[in-house]
Formats: sequence, C-alpha cells, structure tokens
Amino acid sequence: MSIPVRITINGTLRQFDLDPRMLLVHLLRDACTLTGTHVGCETGICGACTVLLDGSAVKSCTMFAVQADGAEVTTIEGLAKNGDLHPVQQGFWERHGLQCGYCTPGMIMTSVQLLSRNAKPSREEIAHGLAGNLCRCTGYSHIIDAVQYAAGMGGAR
Amino acid sequence: MLSIRYEAPRSIAEAIHLLASDPGAHVLAGGTDLLVQFRAGAKQPSAFIDVKRIPDLVGISLDTNGLRLGAATPAAAICEHAELGRLWPGLVEAVHLIGSAQIQGRGSVGGNLCNASPAADTTSALIADRAECVIAGPGGERVVPAERFCTGPGTTILRRDELLVAVVLPRPPARTADAYFRLIPRSEMDIAVAGAGASVTLDASGTCTAARVAVGAVAPTALLVDAAGQALIGTRLDEATLSLAAAAASAAARPISDKRGTAAYRRHVVGVLAKRAIVSAAARARER
Repeated sequence: MSIPVRITINGTLRQFDLDPRMLLVHLLRDACTLTGTHVGCETGICGACTVLLDGSAVKSCTMFAVQADGAEVTTIEGLAKNGDLHPVQQGFWERHGLQCGYCTPGMIMTSVQLLSRNAKPSREEIAHGLAGNLCRCTGYSHIIDAVQYAAGMGGAR
Repeated sequence: MLSIRYEAPRSIAEAIHLLASDPGAHVLAGGTDLLVQFRAGAKQPSAFIDVKRIPDLVGISLDTNGLRLGAATPAAAICEHAELGRLWPGLVEAVHLIGSAQIQGRGSVGGNLCNASPAADTTSALIADRAECVIAGPGGERVVPAERFCTGPGTTILRRDELLVAVVLPRPPARTADAYFRLIPRSEMDIAVAGAGASVTLDASGTCTAARVAVGAVAPTALLVDAAGQALIGTRLDEATLSLAAAAASAAARPISDKRGTAAYRRHVVGVLAKRAIVSAAARARER
C-alpha cells in the first residue's frame, strides 16, 4: 500500500507516495537527504531524531511519515536563515554545547521549542525541558549554558 | 514483506467501520507506545487506524458539568490549559509526568489508558477524579468508570470494533481537590515503582465528606482503594486516620518484584505515597 502525502519541509512543500510503515526520520534522511536529523535509539528514548512538527518538538523515530501529512516539519537544516545561525545554534557554538555532536541536532530542536514557550528559563527548567534528550558525552552543563546564551539573544526567533 | 494499510478516518463512525471490517486493525493515536511495540515485533497489525484526524477525538471542552477530554488530545495541550491546572492539579501533574516534552506533544491520555500499563501515571489520577471512559462501537456509545477500563497489563475492556473516544470528569464540588504522587529511581523519564492519586472533599469545618484513593504499578491494573477513601470520610484527616488509609492502600496492593523494586518495598511505599497524595489534596481543598 502506498499513500500520497504532502509535507512542508523547511518551508518547501513536498509530495511523496509512502509505505505506511516508513518512519518520519527515514523520510527526512533517506528521501530528502536531510541527514542532520540523527537516528539514535529508534525507541523514543534518546531524542537525537527530534524535529518540529507544526512547531511542536516530536521524536521522528516514533512517528510514521504518513502521520505528518499536511504538516510543516522543521529540521536542523531549516533553522539558519541566509547563512545566519539561529540563536540556539549560536549558543551551542559560543558555549561549547557539544562534544561528539551526535545529540546536538535533537538538543537544539527541543531547545527551540523550550524557548518558544518559556523565553527566560532557569537552569532547572532547561534541564527538565531537555529530559527527553540524552547526551552520550554527558556534556549537559555546557548544553544548559548554550540554551541560556540563546535566551539572552532573544531565544526562539 | 507483508503490506500494512494506513487509514486516517475523519469520523468516529468511519473508524468503527474500519475496525469492525478488519480483525487485525489497530488504533493509532500519538504512536509513542505503539510504534515502539510495532518495531520491536510485539504488535503486528494489518492496518493502522490513525484517529488523530477525527475532530471529536482531539480537544478539551469544559463546562459547568465538567470536562470532556478527546481521547487523542496531546498531553501537552492538557499541561498548557490553565483552567485544567486549577481544577484538577493532580491530574495535570500526572499528565506532565508522561515521558518528555516530545512524547507529550504526541501522546495522549486516551492512549495512556489504552496502552494499559499497570504503571500508567494518568490512570490512578483519573480514577481518583471519578473519570469515566466514553466508548463508541457499532451499537452506539457506552460509558464505563476509569477503574474498570483496564483488565490487565496491556488489555482493556474494549472490544475489537470499539474505540475510546473521550474521558469525562465531573466538575469538582466546593472544597474538593486532587493530587498525584509517584516514586521513580531517577528524576526524569522513568516508569513508576508505585504511584497514588487522591481526591478529597472537605466541609466548611475541615471534615472530610468524600474521598477517593487510587494506586498504580502495584497490581495488574491501577486500583481504586475503596477502604482508603472510606477511612477518611467523617474525619479531620488526623495522623491516625492517615495511617489507616495508608495501610488500606498497602493492603490492596498485589505487586510483583522486578528491577524497579521488590513486592514488599512497593507494598510499603504505595501506602506512603497514598498518604502524601491525601495530605496534598486536602491542603489544596482547604484553599478553595
């Protein structure tokens, strides 16, 4: 069975005919070659695959792509505008919010949602908001610094 | 590889028809549990019936009678609804404990019920709040109390051609409030060792006139503990009464031993949690 689906990905409307069981993360990585979205655990735990679906952070490994029909998806590739990093990306750059970088796209996408709902979060609120994202390097302290830096720059944008 | 169908009905009637016409069809809401089970091979449906496109299943409506939560309403919408947090702070606390921000964006209270984990945080809170489940089937609707919805780990009273469409809660009377407590070994993203929800009604003098206590993760399903609620009624919730209610919660527990705790530990700790939930609910009720 093949399902016709229309999804706006990083501002561009795309049409696909999809096997219902294809995960959103595989559509993004394989069909769209947007490989910034990472596959970590594939069980909804690690958060490396986090993208925004109509502005809401979701784990793209626990969603079928067909469920995104009609939605707007934003991936890490869609954050920078005209070569200018998004404030959260700038924060990770300035405050060394990454080591190996594997968790970084997911951390950034979840942080964008966090700042869109809470423009000036405390360190505790950031830690709680990022509970669904694991960093295998355990660099959490710098990640929280990065989000606070982004909040100071005007955050979610 | 076997073909799998995907259907996104726009009405309850259409969803019921799809379920009735395919014995292997499975309802898909947020998918935060089902997709993991599907990919692990634990569930192999012949069709996914995505119910998030049915308007009646997504949304929150609140009136003088109470609350109607569409079964597939995302948890995040419940957490962000200020009036729900004021009227049912315990339920909203329980919803806020489900997974992480990303899971709450997709997962729903109805899905939490239908997944039927004995440790589901919202189930005990719903039972304490006298929630009822609205179920649609080929013959129309039926309504069952939340404490009767789950029948065991992963099983519910839903027949194959039935769909949970909403959860309804009566509006709390004056000086009534709820609370939910759970114990987890980590601070985030974990499953309850034990959990307890309570709803307490006080009169103007501070005497308890109605109470419900429910416990989770200590039996094959979440349980309403009638004896714990009854122990509170007619008292001013003194220490001796609270100890009786805690003992009743422990006595009702039929826990297993697993990696999260031994049966004996769970039996003890669920009493402690029940007592804390009662004290917290009563403190909130006094402020109303």
